[in-house]
Amino acid sequence: MKRSLLPFSLSLLLTFAVQAEPWTAPIEQIRKVGPEGAGNTEAAAAWNALTSLGPEMLVPVLTAMEGASPLARNWMRTAVETVFDRELTAKAALPGEAIKSFVLDRRHEPNARRLAFELYAKLAPDDSAALIPGFADDPSPALRREAVAKLLAEGKARLEAGEQEKSLATLNAALDAAREVDQIDAITKLLREKLTQKVDLPKHFGFLSHWHLIGPFDNTGREGFARVYPPEDKIELDAEYPGKEDKPVKWQAYATPDDYGKVDFNQPYGPLKQVVGYAYTEFHAAEARDAQIRLGCKNAWKVWFNGELLFGRDEYHRGQRIDQYTLPVKLQPGKNTILVKACQNEQEQDWTAQWEFQLRVCDATGTAILSTDRQPTPEKAAPARRRPAKSE
Amino acid sequence: MRPLFLTLALVILALPVRADWLNFRGPNGSGHAPDNTTTVGELSDRTLAWKVALPGRGLGSAIVVGDKVFVTAASGPEQQQLHILCFSAKDGSPVWERRFWATGRTMSHSKTNVAAPTPASDGDRLYALSSSNDLICVDLDGNLVWMRGLTLDYPNASNSLGMASSPIVVGDTLVAQIENDSESFAAGFDLLTGVNKWKLDRPKSANWTSPTVLNKEGESIVALQSSDGILGLVPATGSSVFTVAGGASTIPSAAAAGDELFIPSNGVTVVALGATGEEPKKVWNQTNQRPGTASLLVAGEKLYLINNAGVLTCAKRQSGEVLWEIRLKGPFSGSPVAGGDGKLYIFSEQGVGQVVDPSGEKGVVSSEIELGETILSTPALDGEALFIRSDGHLWKFAGK
Repeated sequence: MKRSLLPFSLSLLLTFAVQAEPWTAPIEQIRKVGPEGAGNTEAAAAWNALTSLGPEMLVPVLTAMEGASPLARNWMRTAVETVFDRELTAKAALPGEAIKSFVLDRRHEPNARRLAFELYAKLAPDDSAALIPGFADDPSPALRREAVAKLLAEGKARLEAGEQEKSLATLNAALDAAREVDQIDAITKLLREKLTQKVDLPKHFGFLSHWHLIGPFDNTGREGFARVYPPEDKIELDAEYPGKEDKPVKWQAYATPDDYGKVDFNQPYGPLKQVVGYAYTEFHAAEARDAQIRLGCKNAWKVWFNGELLFGRDEYHRGQRIDQYTLPVKLQPGKNTILVKACQNEQEQDWTAQWEFQLRVCDATGTAILSTDRQPTPEKAAPARRRPAKSE
Repeated sequence: MRPLFLTLALVILALPVRADWLNFRGPNGSGHAPDNTTTVGELSDRTLAWKVALPGRGLGSAIVVGDKVFVTAASGPEQQQLHILCFSAKDGSPVWERRFWATGRTMSHSKTNVAAPTPASDGDRLYALSSSNDLICVDLDGNLVWMRGLTLDYPNASNSLGMASSPIVVGDTLVAQIENDSESFAAGFDLLTGVNKWKLDRPKSANWTSPTVLNKEGESIVALQSSDGILGLVPATGSSVFTVAGGASTIPSAAAAGDELFIPSNGVTVVALGATGEEPKKVWNQTNQRPGTASLLVAGEKLYLINNAGVLTCAKRQSGEVLWEIRLKGPFSGSPVAGGDGKLYIFSEQGVGQVVDPSGEKGVVSSEIELGETILSTPALDGEALFIRSDGHLWKFAGK
């Protein structure tokens, strides 16, 4: 029996080998690149094999970026661009329509689609430009950016032409579509300053504005970063603990009206040094799904999600920005818990005063995911009124 | 026949010696190329050979290998796109470009950029490190050889202000300092595969200095500078050879000259390597000499440093005794370089290129040119050519 199966197996293998496309094995090899240089030698050989192929490899390799690691995607990207550039220079026939179809198929990897768009723009500049308005709700942030830029430019032009209503509609559409901070800022500035519109930026971004804070605990010698204080073991919002210098500390409610969701420990506790603070909140999800917690913080920090430590970083005062750190999470339906530890160090310069963080929940494109019980964004306090001078 | 041979020999001797400029500050990371006997001499419209547009900003210098010049850049709203560019050194025509998506953090201070480190080469391949800790090796034709995402491997290895240390090839090892406040390390990488040959923990402190190379009796020792001081290593193994305590700057880099190291430490401190197994001996220290951002330069018997006020100081190499000082048009983020003819070349942040002739009793700015663009990088010398990258362009100046 075994003997009789052997020719069949060989024939199957040969059939498979004959039918396998020349890019199949190199792509699989490149997908195996791993940490600390593992698989580099094999990937280089595979890269050489891919780049020896003609333009028929372009769309299959672009397609293979889905599910590949960031390193593997870069191997594939350079292979695609190398072949594309070579064939373009040689004036060879390139699969423009297939590349365009790839761009328009939203199931493909977002960066690969952006790359394909750039390739297509070299082949058909006018037609590729005509695709841009359709990207306004695209899952690829890099493609969406093109559409937002176009809407922003149109909104500005209408504003300058005195067409306030049309401008408002265009800029609102731009804001709905925008996911990147610089574009959101530019649109918001026009809406607020030129069209006197209210813009709920924390809601647009998905910043969490309502928290419970507790502190200060001790961070002398920066040792508090590694030290486990009671909130890391258990959240009990009515508990009281010994804090720094054994002074009792309790949880207190805190809501931030900041446009970018900054939770400022200096507000309740004053400008302290060598201290640790914790912030806790709950996030109610409508369904189980993949999400991202995106954090900005210039203090040392740790973040726990549903009791699990996601990441921690012991860098102080080197800079802060929105979406500085991206932490993938899986939301569970109903209640999810988020605990943030923020450590302030001993530095005394003006630029080391901040003891704060900003945190939002969104999907991979940066689109806000809102808690089902999201509270209204707190109103900003009115600026303090200047006391009239006696002469007024 | 004999006169003909003699004439030919004299002609050959008179030709400027070309030597590749393979990494930040050229030979041994020192800024001084003594074998480059005749440099461009003048920075002017007359010597401007060409300029080409770049697709993004960068602080890393150009490097030169044979007839090709290489530079890196970063572009995109969050600097996520990394570029390695190859141009013809002769006419600036593009030869190839490779683009990558950054796999690490791209945040930096607005003054700097993800393409802050200068790439390095061993003459056969190019090794490009970025502030996002992407470390990429391509051959001189742009074929991808290996790639590392060091932030993927070591997730806390980053600096929110941006990283800037430039790697260097020493023997068969690529040495890089990935030093920061958190997951701080230095490593030696295999040139052919990119795997770690060694990796060691470094002080948890932001550090923008680059490794330099000392030579003692034919052996190369790589010097790593940090806020702790200097650590001398065998480049192939990472084994410690010596330490120099007392701290050192984390911005300007030391200059190596043979077996002596000129360190921006407590002003300027100079040490000389001792016999095997011995710690280096202090040669001199001048606490009143304060290098700014620009790194130190030793050319022949002279030491040069530039302070944050833009004052160029020339001192005796042996003693640190100040010979002269002149104020240049600063401020400077890039560092000065010099060839075998002793002329110094430096570009200010405002894009003013300046040539200093130090041959007289006092240094003289012998020529200057305003390029009208921000320049935060260090020039590269190659024979009678000089390459400098600005925010928007790569420029070549040539004597002939």
